[in-house]
Amino acid sequence: MSNYYLPAGLPIPVPEPNGLSKPYWDGLRKETIMVQRNPRTGVYQFPPQWICHDTQTFDVEWVAVEPKGVIYSWTRAGHPVHPALREACPYIVVVVELPHAGGVRMLGNLLGDPHQTVRIGTPVEAVFEHHNESDPKFTLLQWRIIVTR
Amino acid sequence: MTKRTMRGQVAVAGIGETIYYRHGKATEPEMVLCLKAILAACEDAGIDPRDIDGFSSYSNDRNDPPTLATALGTHELRYSTMLWGGGGGGGAGAMANAAAAITSGLADCVVVYRALAQGQFGRFGQGPRAKTVSGDPALTVPYGQMSPALWYAPKAMRFMHEHHIGQEALRAIAMASYHHAQANPRAVMYGRPLTEEMYDESRWIAEPFHLYDCCQENDGAAALILVSAERAKDLKQKPAYVLGAAMGAGYRVHSTMAGHATPDLASSHFKTVAKHMYDMAEVGPKDVDVVQSYENFTGGVLMSLVEHGFLAAEEALEFLKLENLIAPSGKLPLNTSGGNLAECYMHGLELQIEAVRQIRGQSTSQVPDVKVSLAASGPMVTPVSTIIFGTEATL
Repeated sequence: MSNYYLPAGLPIPVPEPNGLSKPYWDGLRKETIMVQRNPRTGVYQFPPQWICHDTQTFDVEWVAVEPKGVIYSWTRAGHPVHPALREACPYIVVVVELPHAGGVRMLGNLLGDPHQTVRIGTPVEAVFEHHNESDPKFTLLQWRIIVTR
Repeated sequence: MTKRTMRGQVAVAGIGETIYYRHGKATEPEMVLCLKAILAACEDAGIDPRDIDGFSSYSNDRNDPPTLATALGTHELRYSTMLWGGGGGGGAGAMANAAAAITSGLADCVVVYRALAQGQFGRFGQGPRAKTVSGDPALTVPYGQMSPALWYAPKAMRFMHEHHIGQEALRAIAMASYHHAQANPRAVMYGRPLTEEMYDESRWIAEPFHLYDCCQENDGAAALILVSAERAKDLKQKPAYVLGAAMGAGYRVHSTMAGHATPDLASSHFKTVAKHMYDMAEVGPKDVDVVQSYENFTGGVLMSLVEHGFLAAEEALEFLKLENLIAPSGKLPLNTSGGNLAECYMHGLELQIEAVRQIRGQSTSQVPDVKVSLAASGPMVTPVSTIIFGTEATL
């Protein structure tokens, strides 16, 4: 059934009751990466905070950023730590830096062969993995290597 | 302005442990383990348990001071403190809090303790089972990034990439712990030596961590009794004086589950903390005779040793060889009881105890003529903490 990188059955991401990260998760549903920026200084921050860390002001804005980045670090999981992952190892997790958004970092799976060689510094682009039959629906942010032709 | 310091004002007077069990194998409730470790530490120090007037722990230990004080019949409760932060980052910090309480006059006799019985409660190395996840964990858990090994692997991976450090460095750190455990009958891995071949052939948990790069999980309890330096001189044991301690982290170190966003990712987060500790202790890395460095994962030890100034990252491959890391003759004897990997994962409090044993001359892998003994807690988490003990000669 699955076009998902990992099997269904892992905890479903939902915004906190106070809504801090809701713009981010809503953005992924619309295939957009939203991050926070300080309107006074242009300084980015992610994960979301209630306050701009550089000026201690509360007027944090959310902006869409280009859905690509560079592999900053990674790991390959060999040991299942959740029942849903029992048959899923190995899988690759990449830490992706977004140089065009102040170097904020996000995390996701690297699509493709789970045994592939991973190189720090490799450019990657976002893949929005929609879980539409889930309740509630959600979208994960996955990554694939940009193939230059 | 006079320098504010705890240097030499407080000493560890007693150490106590239960039997260390494999996880889930303790035969007694966690509270009983905790009480037995505290009583053992009192017996070791030669103090009446009812004279304990302060309690200090970390990592959300489930055994709260009012309950312990009531159970033990302590005369009064003057100090109870929990260092925030999960994992083992608070071990040396809980010691520092105890020492600060005594230095400042808030309490006279403080016990630092940690107890774990995973059969009664949950394990650490398993992901959450809830249906939904929010906040920072939502940014990692749905990608299968849901255990400490996975959260910290990218930090070590990046550090090894930046400094061209190979797997052999991590292997040497694992081998040192297992080597020392073979001399320590208390160690869970006593009688179970590790070879290079076993390490190389062991499965990956989370690259760059093999099975043997990862700490155990265990049941048991550990405790240390701290009193003023003056009082320690009159007690049973040779005092291990607190020369310096510090806790914390650098700039914007995110919570563990969003740790990938931390600006200085490739760090154990000791850069600022070790400096404060050395400044208070008035010693430097060259003065340290023996090191206990918390092994949640060997990659954290690698970064911790570098950030404590024992070696430059560029020297890591050359320096981190088994012969340099073992007592009695190595240049930097490391984790001389077997540590979290091979003695017991008592969230690093067993490393505090081992650092004290080295000062006393009571280790099963004793380094000759120890004067300065260091114990660092919980690399890669936040806050981390670190402490240095010295003999009377260092005061």
